[in-house]
Parts: sequence; structure tokens; C-alpha cells
Amino acid sequence: MAAVDTATRTLISRAQLNRPAGKIAYWTTLCVLIFLFALVFLFPLYWLLSGGLKSAQEFAQIPPTLTPAHPRPGNFAKAWDDAGLARLLWNTTYYAAGALVFQLVFDIAAAYAFSKLRPAFGNVIMFGMMATLMIPTSVLALPAYLTANSLPFLHWSLLNSPWVIWLPSVASNAFSILLLKRFFDSIPSELLAAASIDGAGPLRALWSVILPMSRPILGVVSIFAVVNVWKDFLWPLLTLTDTSAQTINIGLFQLSVGLPENILIAALAIASLPTIAFFLVFQRNIMSGLTAGSLKG
Amino acid sequence: MATTINVSAATAYDARAAARARRRRVPLGRRLRKHGTGYLFILGAAVCFALFSWWPMVREVIMSFQKTNFAGQTKWVGFENYRHVFADPDFWAAWRMSGLFTLFALVLGFAVPLAIAVVLNEMRHAKGYFRLLVYLPVMLPPVAGAFLWRWFYQSDDSGLFNMVLHDLHLPTIQWFQSSHELAVLCLVLFSTWANMGSSVLIYLAALQGVPGELYEAAELDGASILKRVRHVTLPQLKLIISLMLMLQVVNTMQVFLEPDAISHGVNGTVSVVYQIYDYAFSSLNFGNAAALGILLMLVLMIFSGIYLKLARSVEED
Repeated sequence: MAAVDTATRTLISRAQLNRPAGKIAYWTTLCVLIFLFALVFLFPLYWLLSGGLKSAQEFAQIPPTLTPAHPRPGNFAKAWDDAGLARLLWNTTYYAAGALVFQLVFDIAAAYAFSKLRPAFGNVIMFGMMATLMIPTSVLALPAYLTANSLPFLHWSLLNSPWVIWLPSVASNAFSILLLKRFFDSIPSELLAAASIDGAGPLRALWSVILPMSRPILGVVSIFAVVNVWKDFLWPLLTLTDTSAQTINIGLFQLSVGLPENILIAALAIASLPTIAFFLVFQRNIMSGLTAGSLKG
Repeated sequence: MATTINVSAATAYDARAAARARRRRVPLGRRLRKHGTGYLFILGAAVCFALFSWWPMVREVIMSFQKTNFAGQTKWVGFENYRHVFADPDFWAAWRMSGLFTLFALVLGFAVPLAIAVVLNEMRHAKGYFRLLVYLPVMLPPVAGAFLWRWFYQSDDSGLFNMVLHDLHLPTIQWFQSSHELAVLCLVLFSTWANMGSSVLIYLAALQGVPGELYEAAELDGASILKRVRHVTLPQLKLIISLMLMLQVVNTMQVFLEPDAISHGVNGTVSVVYQIYDYAFSSLNFGNAAALGILLMLVLMIFSGIYLKLARSVEED
């Protein structure tokens, strides 16, 4: 392991590290860092989990106990029921999955048109989409809310329906279209010309030529789509007012007043588990995707 | 083949006429179909943008010059909303709070991840462990993280931080009540903890690109470790650092979750977005909310503009 890592030279040279003083300094720093990271990033999660196991009296006790004296796993079951966590987690997953589908379909189609079909004034439309990157999302929340409340001409209200998450999620991620368009630009047009000679229409060319080559960028765009729904707070707070339609963030936020504190903490712990588990399973893909995407600018 | 000869003959005296001639050779039907298909592919995204970005943008500007009552009547009031917003004593307080949050977030949330990444990049062991742990908070639902920290900050001794102070025989602290600056700092601490994972990963990726020979040369010239950081690492990461800086400013100036979920606006922790939300949904004063929104947008567009410009130059590198 170590031998592979040292192949590239970094700030401190290997010679310097191999000196006795260097070795001591390196191992001390390493140990301190391992301890500090555990303290800063793992301990809060432990506190969350152990807090959820405490009884109401123990929870309010001063000073707090480090380990629950009489662990009560029942708290988690109570939190699951009282907070309606099944509903909230299901909603969030459903919204995220839908946002992912809408963004993939619409963004890929648009990016493909901008990159390869190039209809007249396509660049103008593309510029209009990219210009929205300059506008902070929180500023548009209010007029977008009014639009969702009563669509222009149709006067339908999208509030409390999944559409209110799905459709705006396409508009708030112009960056994904940009990433996709850049990637499609790098695919040689000769490939498409060849497909067209074989009789493939634009849709067929997209499906059988472009998409199979675009797997890495599709991964990046998918992660952005899901993470954005998962992290959003202001927009669902405005538009999902029915308890039965809320996301995990908004549900927890509003429940926090009514629930006993130890049950609330248990609920937070349960709510955190699915994504942490998901992250542990897919961490390699998520991390490479995130850094690749962000470095692209 | 025949067309090519024709066209090249035409370019000899009039390129524009040639282009026109070429275009005319493609039958109208086919041209329409080509553009039509293109537009069809754009349609879905364009409708979403029109409904939730373009029209709201226009509407925000219109609303900022109007007064609405809930009988559905609107009237044009010129700059009255802006005047009202400026005259509101909460106006400068909200900007000061958002500004202070951004400032602290620049000192902490911006410098800490960079420093961590530089140190981690030197570590030859436990790399996976560090990367995994620093990213864990990013995966929590933001509200869960916020409530967890609100509980840490509890001012009676049941809060974790006060428990530690108590065990060290130090006086305990009223985290949010005692002073405005401390309250904002507490929010920034949480925000840094929750969000630094992605910055650290981005810096770590960027550090891979710093050529080792530069360090080698600097070392031969007798530069100490700190000097190497200053004269090699930082200049090499200059673009990505300024990119992250702009992004940080744009994101932190829009802070809303922290003051809403952790401090509830106590002790002046009312940010600009919180104030917009308050105008719109507590006082139902959409005109004022829109006017304040436009002001926030104008300020942030400068930073977004710089960000996009920098992003382009990163890409060209």
C-alpha cells in the first residue's frame, strides 16, 4: 500500500520522512489526525445513536451520560411510528428518483440537441439556460412558488404533488446540461454520420451511439440530481405543506416541536442511516463523480 | 461532387451568396424537420426553465414594483417597496448577519478544508479512512445535522459542549443568547462541519495535479515546508482556490437553514434570505420580499459572474 502511494513526490520528500525526526513527526501527525477525525466526524454520530437509546429522564440528565444506562431500542420503533418516518423516507426517495429521471431525460435530450442537432437559435436557448446559473436559487423561490401555486394559463396548483419537486429540479440544474453538452461535444460527429448512413434517426443515434459512451458523465449528473433533492430545504419547505407529502428534511423540521427530545434524536438517527449506508456502499463512485464534476467547473 | 465545385466557384467572388445557395439546396422540408427534431429534444427542458426560472425571474422584477393584496388586486407602486425595505431597521441587520456569516465562513469554512487537504495529501496511510469520515456529515439530511448541533449547543449543561466545559471546570456558555457574534460563529461552526467534506475532496483531487519537481526544486533552494506551501502549493492551486472562494461567498450569503433550524433568529441571527421568507410568508408582503430578493440577486450576480469566468479558465487549462 504505502509503496504505491509514495510513487509521486508531494510537499515533503521521502528522504525527509525517512529520517528519524521525520518518522516521528509523521507518525505523531498521523495518530493525532486519526484521533481528531474520529472525534469530530464519528463522535457526533455516536452521540446521535446513543442519545436515541436513552430514556426521557436520562436524556435530560445533567451532566449527560456517555453511554445510555438502560438502552431502550424501543425508542427507535416509537420514533419510526410517531414521526411517520416510513412515509417521509419513501417520499424523499420517490421525489429523488423522479427528479433523476426527469433530469436525465430532459437534460440529455437538450444537451444532445445543443451539441449535435444544432437547430436555429439553439445557442440562444442554451445561453438563456446557462444565464440562470448566475441567479441565486433562494431569490427565485418566492416567484417560483407563486408559479407552482398557479401555473400560467392552466391555473393548476402543483403544491404538495411530486411535480413541484420534479419539474423545478430540471430548471435548477443548468449545470448538468452544460456538463452533458461538453461531453457530447467531445464525441466525434463522424460516428453519428456513420450511424445516419446506416439509417439511424437522431433518437436511435443518441440511444445506441452517444449514451453508451457517456456513462461516466451520466454518473456525475445522477449524483448531482439525487443529492440536490436530498439536501434541499427552502423549496420543499415552501411547497410541501401537507404532512403526507413532505420530505425527510421538512418532516423532521416540523415534527421537532411535538416529539419528546429523545424520540426526536432517535428519529434523526434513523433518518441518517439510509444515506450513510448508501454512501458506504457506493463511496468510490460517489467521490470520483463529485470531484470530477466539480473540477470541470 | 457537383455542389462542391459550384460552391467553390461561388466563394471566389461572394462567400455570402455561396452560403445562401448552399442553404437553398437543402430542401425546405428537410430543413424544417431537422430544426423541428432539434426543438423537440429541447422542449422538455425549455418548458421547465420557462416555468421555474425564466418567468419567475421576470415576475420577481415585476413584483418588486407592485403591491398585492389578497383580494387579487395589484397596483404599481414604483420604488416604494425598495424604499420600505431600505427604511426597515431589520434591513441592515440582516445584511450584517449574512455578511458576518460569510466572513466567518471564509475564515473557517474556506481555510480549514484547504489546510486539511494539504496535510492529508502528505499522509501515506489511512487515506480511505480520512476521506470517508470527512464526507460523512455531507451525507446526513441537513436538518438532522442541524438539530444534532442545536442539541450540542444547549445552554443548560445537558448540551455536549457545555458538558465538556463543565468537566474541564470552565464556566459554561450561553451559546446563542450571550452575543450576536458568538451566535453567528456557532452557526458557521456547524455549517463548516456539515459541508467541508466536498471541498476537502476537491482540493485533494487538485493537489494530485501539482508537479513533484516544483517541490523538489524548492527544496534544493532550501525552502522550508511552510515556504513550499506558500510558494508552490498555493500558487499551483490558485485557480481552484479562487473558484471555491467565489462559490463559498455565493452559497453562504444565501444562508437560511442554519438560522431557521438552529438559532431561530435569536440574537439578531436573521439572514437576508430569512428576512425575505419572513416578509413573504409571515407578513404576506410579497412586494417587499421581491425587492429584497432583487437586491440580494444584484449583489450575488457579481460573485456568480466571477465564478463562471474563473470556471471557464479552469476548463481551458
